Amino acid sequence: MKELKVSAINKGTVIDHIPAGRGLKVLEILNLSGDNTILIAMNVRSGKLGRKDIIKVEGKILNEEEVNKIALIAPSATVNIIENWEVMEKRKVEIPDEIIGIIECANPNCITHYEEVTPKFKVLSKKPLKLKCHYCERTMEEDIVLKHLL
Amino acid sequence: MRFQDVISINDFRKEDIDYVLRVAERLEEELKKEGTLKYAKGKVLATLFFEPSTRTRLSFESAMHRLGGAVIGFAEASSTSVKKGESLMDTIRTVENYADVIVIRHPREGAARLAAEVARVPVINAGDGANQHPTQTLLDLYTIKKEFGKIDGLDIALLGDLKYGRTVHSLAKALSYYNVRLYFVAPKGLEMPRHIVEEISNKVEIVETSDLEAVIPKVDVLYVTRIQKERFPDPAEYNKIKGSYKVDLKVLEKAKDTLKVMHPLPRVDEIAYEVDNTKYSAYFRQVWSGIPVRMALLGILLGVIK
Ligand SMILES: [Zn+2]
Repeated sequence: MKELKVSAINKGTVIDHIPAGRGLKVLEILNLSGDNTILIAMNVRSGKLGRKDIIKVEGKILNEEEVNKIALIAPSATVNIIENWEVMEKRKVEIPDEIIGIIECANPNCITHYEEVTPKFKVLSKKPLKLKCHYCERTMEEDIVLKHLL
Repeated sequence: MRFQDVISINDFRKEDIDYVLRVAERLEEELKKEGTLKYAKGKVLATLFFEPSTRTRLSFESAMHRLGGAVIGFAEASSTSVKKGESLMDTIRTVENYADVIVIRHPREGAARLAAEVARVPVINAGDGANQHPTQTLLDLYTIKKEFGKIDGLDIALLGDLKYGRTVHSLAKALSYYNVRLYFVAPKGLEMPRHIVEEISNKVEIVETSDLEAVIPKVDVLYVTRIQKERFPDPAEYNKIKGSYKVDLKVLEKAKDTLKVMHPLPRVDEIAYEVDNTKYSAYFRQVWSGIPVRMALLGILLGVIK
């Protein structure tokens, strides 16, 4: 049934099992340029999640950093790398132990907002998501993290 | 010690703390015997105080002088190129050419960590916003150790604003490395943050209460902090609490003979002046502790003391 909703692609990346409603946010943080053809399906029926979003990006193979970005907002997502109409590689997204860039610190008095420095966080817990700023040592929980994606 | 900077008490393992305290003790003895020491002869300390904190700055400067070294620096950002918009990183890259070690105080959290990453010379955090002031914690521990000859086995009460007090957060955490019982005595609304209680509650016994009188007879150390008026939306509420936590001779009537009262200073009126000349007061000796502890840190980071 899925294949009827979003057509298959020759070469690119399929991000499946995104929690329903997070698809647009995933697109936003991937920051894809205008060159890529993007297919998005929202609220697709899914055995695993009830409802899910799917994104297909034609002509682009996502790198590890991009995949890890997705992990923050869609930890259930799977990433399929497609070549010649076939799945070449199936990856589970994983939250890394350290997050560099991607998120800004929620503490308005953190030095990272005042100097040319890349924000850096230690992952204290992956589920529920809890991060600690490397600089100001303030911790951020999932709902706060999602509001501070760069 | 396994690191090159002193940024956060969270970086310290128990062995590191014990090592610093041991070196401080040794230096204090040498200082008493010989006066000014010569370990840091020819070395320069830069004190970069982007916000004023005269006591802390003087303590570091005194420590460096007693170690035989020299001091340069500034005491407020408005008198430097920082006012003209220079970045902290550029200030550090400039000053590291003038000094062998840098002490930094900055109103923004994380500033000291960033400075340490940029600098080629060691950096000591003398306060970064509401975050860390690790040398205060070390001198608090040193004071306790000097007063009792040990830290293990003691009952220690932290009193006052435990919610916003950076000092008591770090101290509670550092004390959790030892075999102590902690009493968190705070007025309603200013209790120790949950995440700190949770973090250390599996390591030490914690008693949380607002009843100072009940706690006084049980403890060896009463660590008093200031309750800041601006934390209270209602001034009447503040006045009620302020009175209930005043440490005076009457409150101390039920105390152990050996009780020591500590305070990071400056105090406002949370400890009555009548306590100053009693056997209980340890807070001015606590100020002195900053000297050997900061000498130890400077000496270790400069590599002149092993
Ligand atoms: Zn931060």
